[in-house]
Amino acid sequence: MGVTGSPTSINQGTRTKGGIGESTLRPDGILKVTGEFAYSSDMWHEDMLWGHTLRSTVAHAEIVSIDTSEALATSGVYAVLTYDDLPTAVKNYGLEIQDTPVLAHGKVRHHGEPVALVAADHPETARRAAAKIRIDYRELPVITDEASATADDAVLVHEGRTDHHIGHVAHPNIVHRQPIIRGDAEAAKARADVVVSGEYVFGMQDQAFLGPESGLAVPAEDGGVDLYVATQWLHSDLRQIAPVLGLPEDKVRMTLSGVGGAFGGREDLSMQIHACLLALRTGKPVKIVYNRFESFFGHVHRHPAKLWYEHGATRDGKLTHMKCRIVLDGGAYASASPAVVGNASSLAVGPYVVEDVDIEALALYTNNPPCGAMRGFGAVQACFAYEAQMDKVAAELGMDPVEFRQLNAMEQGTLLPTGQRVDSPAPVAELLRRVKAMPLPPERQWESAGEQADVRALPGGLSNTTHGEGVVRGVGYAVGLKNVGFSEGFDDYSTARVRMEVIGGEPVVTVHTAMAEVGQGGVTVHAQIARTELGVAQVTIHPADTRVGSAGSTSASRQTYVTGGAVKNSCEAVREQVLDIGRRKFGTYHPAWATAELLLEGGKVVTDGGEALADLADVLEDEAVDIELEWRHRPTEAFDLRTGQGNGHVQYSFAAHRAVVEVDTELGLVKVIELACAQDVGKALNPLSVVGQIQGGTIQGMGIAVMEEIIVDPRTAKVRNPSFTDYLLPTILDTPTIPVDVLELADDHAPYGLRGVGEAPTLSSTPAVLAAIRNATGLELNRTPVRPEYLTGT
Amino acid sequence: MRVNFTVNGRRHEADDVWEGESLLYVLRERMGLPGSKNACEQGECGSCTVRLDGVPVCSCLVAAGQVEGREVITVEGLADFAAHRSEAHPGTGCASGACGTALDEARRWEAEPSGEDARETGELSPIQQAFIDAGAVQCGFCTPGLLVAADELLERTPEPSDADIREALSGNLCRCTGYEKILDAVRLAAARAEEAV
Repeated sequence: MGVTGSPTSINQGTRTKGGIGESTLRPDGILKVTGEFAYSSDMWHEDMLWGHTLRSTVAHAEIVSIDTSEALATSGVYAVLTYDDLPTAVKNYGLEIQDTPVLAHGKVRHHGEPVALVAADHPETARRAAAKIRIDYRELPVITDEASATADDAVLVHEGRTDHHIGHVAHPNIVHRQPIIRGDAEAAKARADVVVSGEYVFGMQDQAFLGPESGLAVPAEDGGVDLYVATQWLHSDLRQIAPVLGLPEDKVRMTLSGVGGAFGGREDLSMQIHACLLALRTGKPVKIVYNRFESFFGHVHRHPAKLWYEHGATRDGKLTHMKCRIVLDGGAYASASPAVVGNASSLAVGPYVVEDVDIEALALYTNNPPCGAMRGFGAVQACFAYEAQMDKVAAELGMDPVEFRQLNAMEQGTLLPTGQRVDSPAPVAELLRRVKAMPLPPERQWESAGEQADVRALPGGLSNTTHGEGVVRGVGYAVGLKNVGFSEGFDDYSTARVRMEVIGGEPVVTVHTAMAEVGQGGVTVHAQIARTELGVAQVTIHPADTRVGSAGSTSASRQTYVTGGAVKNSCEAVREQVLDIGRRKFGTYHPAWATAELLLEGGKVVTDGGEALADLADVLEDEAVDIELEWRHRPTEAFDLRTGQGNGHVQYSFAAHRAVVEVDTELGLVKVIELACAQDVGKALNPLSVVGQIQGGTIQGMGIAVMEEIIVDPRTAKVRNPSFTDYLLPTILDTPTIPVDVLELADDHAPYGLRGVGEAPTLSSTPAVLAAIRNATGLELNRTPVRPEYLTGT
Repeated sequence: MRVNFTVNGRRHEADDVWEGESLLYVLRERMGLPGSKNACEQGECGSCTVRLDGVPVCSCLVAAGQVEGREVITVEGLADFAAHRSEAHPGTGCASGACGTALDEARRWEAEPSGEDARETGELSPIQQAFIDAGAVQCGFCTPGLLVAADELLERTPEPSDADIREALSGNLCRCTGYEKILDAVRLAAARAEEAV
């Protein structure tokens, strides 16, 4: 009996014909609306067990002893594992620094750290058995902020660090630090007519993907394991899993199962190794599904940050200099903190021309929850601060905030603070113009339906807390700068295997990549690319697994660019080989085979003049063309560790927002009425999906602005709100209308001219909402999310 | 304990149900109906929404024993349920809100075997088709719960205002779409139903 609910090939059929540029529909749409799509939590196997993780109840402690005897004696329990049961000397993993224990050994460093594992025949049995494990902790003082982390006598979160960053940081409790110095900020300050500074605080956001961490590990007869799991990067997981299990990578066979959203939260491992360990120990398939409470501890979050900024400007509105310091709280383990620091520093100036800068960004080790990747990745925190600064400087100069931004906007050819020249369109001023030109929603909309106020349209909504008295409106603008793809010299490649053959008399293309489809629509655009390049209607998307080369991560807005590029590249090679076969078989019949530019269109080989030379079915007959190739974007380079200089990024994306909010000043309740967005996407491969990504990113940014925050007790470093009851997410009642204006200025260096889409809208929507609330209330508001008490002064 | 109830028009028995098991667990793990999703298991996200005797509920909050002798519709049965409703009530004609599927009607209705796989029959309910067409499905994890809730809204209120849609779907979290395309989908389904009259 095999796995049920395992991923199946997605056949595009003939209902979704269309190449790039068309809004073809998702190939997995029918499965998803009928409930048949197999998410990782839907996996099932005959005779399977349920795994459960026991997690630390304290943030920082020595583990004195663990007693598992009572748990192990529980009826229905098959295994209880602790650190001592790990099979090899490799007991840690990590994306960049291998500092994260598979199971805590000696010490726990954050609330909710995994300590022990249980496998049982019912999930409740596993939970109850785990509760019987007795752990004796000796608690240690908690490090929760920069002062406690970098004090001379601070306890080290990781004693004996040996990673390559340690030589460049001032204290072992700093994960990584990146300064960027260009020009002379102090000298430039002397030219400023106004100097404005501000301190900003950015709360800890959770990805809150709806599909919890989950998967199924099935032990194999060859001593290996098959793992079905939701992740963002199969090969990155594999690289971290295999050494801990003591298996060669080819004995850990990974298949992507349905992913219920990711947003960066699935870049790090969660239950992968745990499920494999339990499966290999028990010899039975083991499924682990986190509940929401555990999910809040099972993945890294967005770095909370403290940011200090100073800008100067001349009276005619030109920025003279910028100084900033960004302190990111990385929590107990490094995760992606070094790269987040690189982004926060290199994008700290935003989409503006400032020649003289003095930037420093760093990430701390603390006993707070570990933080890593989340949509926007370090650029989000900076954007919140520099956009607040732009409004402040404009106000100081008495200028319109949009005009001030446009006056200082970067453009193609601008030199960034890293010394890198922007060599593709950078329509910052144009995006601001577009978003400002959109018609504003009518005033006092709650009255427009009739004489009676519709309370649902008011701040407080159905709580019926106001009928419009005390409600004021504000409008705010923001724009952001995000890099696309992995930066700083990372070998950011992808692989695609493309096969063309004739099935049932029709030419059919199969696209096989290891790309994680997490909802973004990659499976749709891969089929569009294959149709465009190979001229066939039928495209099958093979399940993503590790039997094909790495696709890299579904993150950093890179997947359509890089794996899309790989699919295009492989398709082009398939096309050449198909044409060679055609020339061999039919070349003597028509001179165009040798002389014309040949294309594949509508299932035929055609000349660029449109003359059909042969059916693909006749060219291929029973031959199949099958090619797997890697594809890389242009190389980048590391930033200099002292000056931050270097061509670190490959591409940039830009989005601008205008927020319209209404605030009940009596109760401090905010209603976001509209969040208009203008974004340059280079080329919209699938306009419907592009708009969906922009709207989704916009709302995640709005969530940061007005409600979302993981609250960590500063005295105990314990998480106070690990549930959807207490961690507030925008509902459909909280969200505004989101008109989107898509601009397509091709980037000549990218496949089809496309520009990564997913993250940029998350940057600018947060500061736009903050600016609108400030505009409505006249309050300074330097902390996000904005809470009612900040608005009422209570 | 043993629980007898009807799921998507078919009578079922679930044996050895532990008293603490939720309807969601029984549907997903005992009956092989994983369409209802498990995103928060505390009634906050709506991913597990099913109809219990016609009323949308979070199945994670319903103890399995509570469904004894009752009718459950999940996303897996939505297409057949909608088809049956449109046969029973040609046009829409349910503006009064009193024309939801009556309990005795629901008991008489049974899913056709071939109707279980929409891919084979090409049949989706109008709201399912509208979600696909409007681009309201991204990761899709919230989709089953939203579909059940939206279908019930349109049964009750065939021409909902935007405020009606927002109110009806406010118990269903979506993290991917920003909700705009979900609004589009419900509007699209309502408009198509109006055209069909």
